[in-house]
Amino acid sequence: MFRKILIANRGEIAVRVIRACHEMGIAAVVVYSNVDRASLHVRKADEAYPIGGAAASESYLSISKILDVARRSGADAIHPGYGFLSENAKFAQACADAGIKFIGPTPAAMEAMGSKTRARQAMEKAGIPVVPGTPRGVESFQEAEQAAARIGYPVMLKAAAGGGGKGMRLVHAPDQLKSSLEAARSEAERSFGDNEVYIEKAIVNPRHIEMQVLADEHGNTVYLGERECSLQRRHQKVLEEAPSPVVDPEMRRRMGEAAVRVAKAAAYTNAGTVEFLVDQPDNGQNKNFYFLEMNTRLQVEHPVTELITGLDLVHLQIRIAAGEKLPFTQEEVRLRGHAIECRIYAEDPDNNFFPSPGKITLLLSPSGPGIRRDSGMYEGWTVPIDYDPLLAKLIGYGSDRDQAIARLTRALGEYFVGGIKTNISLFRRILCDADFRVANLDTGFLDRMLKRPQNSQFDSTSAEVAAIAAAMFAALSSTTTFEGNSQADGRSPTVEKTASNWKSASRRDALR
Amino acid sequence: MLYDVAIDGKNYRLDLNRSGGRWFCSLNGQDVEVDAVLVRPDVLSLRIGNLAYEVKSERVANEVYLWVGSACFAAEVRDPRSLRGRSRAGDDRGPRKIAAPMPGKVVRLLVREGDEVEAGAGVAVVEAMKMQNEIKSPKRGSIQKILVGEGAAVNAGDVLAIVE
Repeated sequence: MFRKILIANRGEIAVRVIRACHEMGIAAVVVYSNVDRASLHVRKADEAYPIGGAAASESYLSISKILDVARRSGADAIHPGYGFLSENAKFAQACADAGIKFIGPTPAAMEAMGSKTRARQAMEKAGIPVVPGTPRGVESFQEAEQAAARIGYPVMLKAAAGGGGKGMRLVHAPDQLKSSLEAARSEAERSFGDNEVYIEKAIVNPRHIEMQVLADEHGNTVYLGERECSLQRRHQKVLEEAPSPVVDPEMRRRMGEAAVRVAKAAAYTNAGTVEFLVDQPDNGQNKNFYFLEMNTRLQVEHPVTELITGLDLVHLQIRIAAGEKLPFTQEEVRLRGHAIECRIYAEDPDNNFFPSPGKITLLLSPSGPGIRRDSGMYEGWTVPIDYDPLLAKLIGYGSDRDQAIARLTRALGEYFVGGIKTNISLFRRILCDADFRVANLDTGFLDRMLKRPQNSQFDSTSAEVAAIAAAMFAALSSTTTFEGNSQADGRSPTVEKTASNWKSASRRDALR
Repeated sequence: MLYDVAIDGKNYRLDLNRSGGRWFCSLNGQDVEVDAVLVRPDVLSLRIGNLAYEVKSERVANEVYLWVGSACFAAEVRDPRSLRGRSRAGDDRGPRKIAAPMPGKVVRLLVREGDEVEAGAGVAVVEAMKMQNEIKSPKRGSIQKILVGEGAAVNAGDVLAIVE
């Protein structure tokens, strides 16, 4: 087993991996940029090394600086987390060349899955259903026109090197094709340095369901059940749950076995996720699933799988990387209960989801039964402007979906992040939405919900409570000591004898 | 001690006094039985009659917000003895400042001084947390002044431009 692991990441995922290291008796080394000296991952680590500027390209994306820290600290393995260098095959190769174990798949497996077009070709060969489309990027507008006509509108244009919704365009009709193709190409070029764009049939309002797989270095590959990730905004996941409310055991087995075939086709090792689009036929026929892509890393939403399987995916990643065999078989994997994750972002849902970095002046965190919180923030910390706005993940677990929703709703009520805006209120809306409650979900769900007007009634009882509290805060801040100060404002003490009047005049009813 | 309080723009008059470890409170002239413990800075545990509330105070830029459960109210407290009523500029006439809603970097200016803009037209693009956000004009008018350059770092509330 490793003695020391370097974590090439920041935020909640770095903290998550540090915790796993400590649970396994492994020392945790972290790196940090200039603006992250006070970040939580530095506070929790055993060793911390500064690696440069706030811009990720000067710090968390610098392969040479990170490998230099690995050598100086004597780390024997590197965990990349998600984002940053986690899906960079060059980084995985550089680790191997430096004699440091990369906790993840091999560079070859990452490359096979890194290009969406190459992954599609490999999957078709392995007999995995893929969304009908062009096997590789289209060269010209004429080729695009013919391909789109053959596939049938609506079609989706996608950057081959893409991810995170960049370089993607939905095209409803032929007259939009030209401008969309140009836009997708230039966005792909800007975002990924590669303007290859291919065409797929657009599946309208699909579900986005992904399958967790785990493969050791001895040829054993298992699937750990699916996650429903249909709740997205601008192609970014917002809320995930496991299991999917629409996947029955038979469909789970078919999808799981397909995912295992995908992983084996790429000689995949360690943790990975196979994403599928699932259509929703209205004629009551079986749902079809199509291979979308494989993510060659630990996912943000891995905790929901951990809660329903009882497994610790980071422990398993580390053990697999250390050469151990999977400690269980497919038949031994059991799903139990239901888990839902909310991604708490520093953004303002009432103002077009503007990012909201800044200082956290007050933080009250939920706890209690069925609640897990993976957080990278703390009170007094200033959220930097330079990185992804994910602050924390709040996960609710219950014996069934309704109980998970109830616990999560309760916990969101306990959660308070002051000083910056967060999307906590968005989750309150989602969790009480009638369609969400009956699991009527697809990737268009959030956009539709956000278009509906919010009934923001003025709650006069709460407003009166706020009025009293406002005066009370003002009174308390003007007196230095609070408890035991009987004459805060120098008023005559004769009010004392009228105390019973106050009581009898309680406006309890009015405030009810 | 008298306080004039505005909660989301609605006015309340509070008379709050303390004696012998007890609070005496009247709200708009009616007595209310109140008991309060400041459990930590910015968090007040209130009992009104026997109903229990936890109220959180949040200061963002120069505004104070009070949270009662998940309901959030903008709060303004005035001591009527130092009566200097701040009127809120809510009308659409006169120059309006266009401020950055969050800290970030001005990556692009979309207008020049003297340009005519419609309400909702983009004025500048500010990048924060890997996202580019278009800052829009709150009203129709002409851009009187631009106070930042492309590439400038701005804080929440910094004025980017003034539209007249």
